[in-house]
Amino acid sequence: MIAILIFGISVLTLLQFFVSYCHSLIAESRGHELSEQGREIAGVNGLSVRGDQFRRLLQLIALCPEPGDDNSQVRAVSLYFGLLGLGRTLFGWIEPAVTRWIDSERGGCAYVAAVVLDRRIAYNRVLMARQVSTQL
Amino acid sequence: MLGPIDYSMWSVDFLVEICCLACLLKKRAFSRHFTLFLYLCASIAVGVGRYSILGTSGFTSEVYYYFYFYSDALLTICLYFILMSLYAHVFSEMGVTKLLRGGAMLLLAGTVWISYHMVATSSDKFVTQFVIELSQNLYFVGVVLTYLLWGAMMKLRENRTRLVQLVLSMGVYFSAFAGSYALDNLYQDAVVWRYVFHLMALWLPLSWAYTFMKVPEDARMATARVLVPNR
Repeated sequence: MIAILIFGISVLTLLQFFVSYCHSLIAESRGHELSEQGREIAGVNGLSVRGDQFRRLLQLIALCPEPGDDNSQVRAVSLYFGLLGLGRTLFGWIEPAVTRWIDSERGGCAYVAAVVLDRRIAYNRVLMARQVSTQL
Repeated sequence: MLGPIDYSMWSVDFLVEICCLACLLKKRAFSRHFTLFLYLCASIAVGVGRYSILGTSGFTSEVYYYFYFYSDALLTICLYFILMSLYAHVFSEMGVTKLLRGGAMLLLAGTVWISYHMVATSSDKFVTQFVIELSQNLYFVGVVLTYLLWGAMMKLRENRTRLVQLVLSMGVYFSAFAGSYALDNLYQDAVVWRYVFHLMALWLPLSWAYTFMKVPEDARMATARVLVPNR
C-alpha cells in the first residue's frame, strides 16, 4: 500500500519537475524576438510558432552551419518534443484539454527551434560579410 | 551475470560523470557548488570500487551485494547534502543557514531511525534490508524536500537560472528513483530495473553538465516563464 502511494506521488512530482525543467530550457528563447528575415525563411506568420513546424525548422537548422554552442539545446528540446508527441498519442484521447496543452507546449519547442535558426542565419550573415570584406 | 549491455551502460555512466566533473572544474564552479563536486567524486569512486569488487568476487557474491547497497546509501546521503546546499543558496539572504543545517541533520537522523524501526519490526531482520529501506526512504524524503524547495523558490520569485535548473534536475532524479524503488518493491523479480537504474543514473550528470556549460552564473529568468512559458 505504501509502495503504491509512494509510486503515485513520485510519478506526479516527476511529471511536474520534468515539465518545469523543460520550461526552464525553453524560457531563455522566449525573450528573443524573431527577426523579419528569420520569420520569412522559417515560414512563420504572427508571434507564435505552431508545433507542426518543428520538424521543418529542424531540417532548416541542419542546413545552416552551426556556431557550435546550440546543438545540446536543440537536442534537449527535440527530446521534450518527442516525449510530448508520445504523451499526445497515449493520453490525447482522454481529454481534449490535454491535447490543447500538449500543442501549446510543442509550439514552445518550435519557437526555440525558430530562435536557433534565426541565430544561425544571423551568424552566417556575419561570416559571409567577413569573407566578402577579406576578399575585397 | 552481467552482459555486454550492462558493461556498456556502466561505461557510459562512468564517462558522463567524468565529463560532468570536468565541466564543473572548467567553469570553476566546484567551490560554489562543493557538494555537487563531492557527490561526483564519490560516485566515480563508488563506480571504480564496484567494478573492482565485481572483477574479484563476482556479481552474485555477498561482498558485491553489500558493497552495492551500502555505497548506494552513501551516495543518497551525498545527494541529501546537495539538496541542503541548494536550500542554503536559496535562503542565503535570510541568514537561516544554521537553522537549515540543524533541521537537515534532524531529518536525516529521523529517516535513519524510521528505516531502522521498519526493519527491526519486520520478520526478516537483514542488515542489507535496512540499507535498502534507508535509500528508499531518503529518496522519498528527497522528493518532498525538493518539492518544498521548489515551492519556496516560486514564492520568493527565485530567478537564478542555474539554481532553478539544478533544483529541477534534482526533483526529476529523486522522483524517478523514489518511483522506481516503489515499483521495485512491488515487482522484485523484474530484471528490467537493472537497466532502468543505469539509465536514470545518467540524468543528474547530464543535466548538471548542460547547466554548467550552457548557463552562465549570472543568468536570470522570469519565474513565471517556467510556470507558464507560452504566454
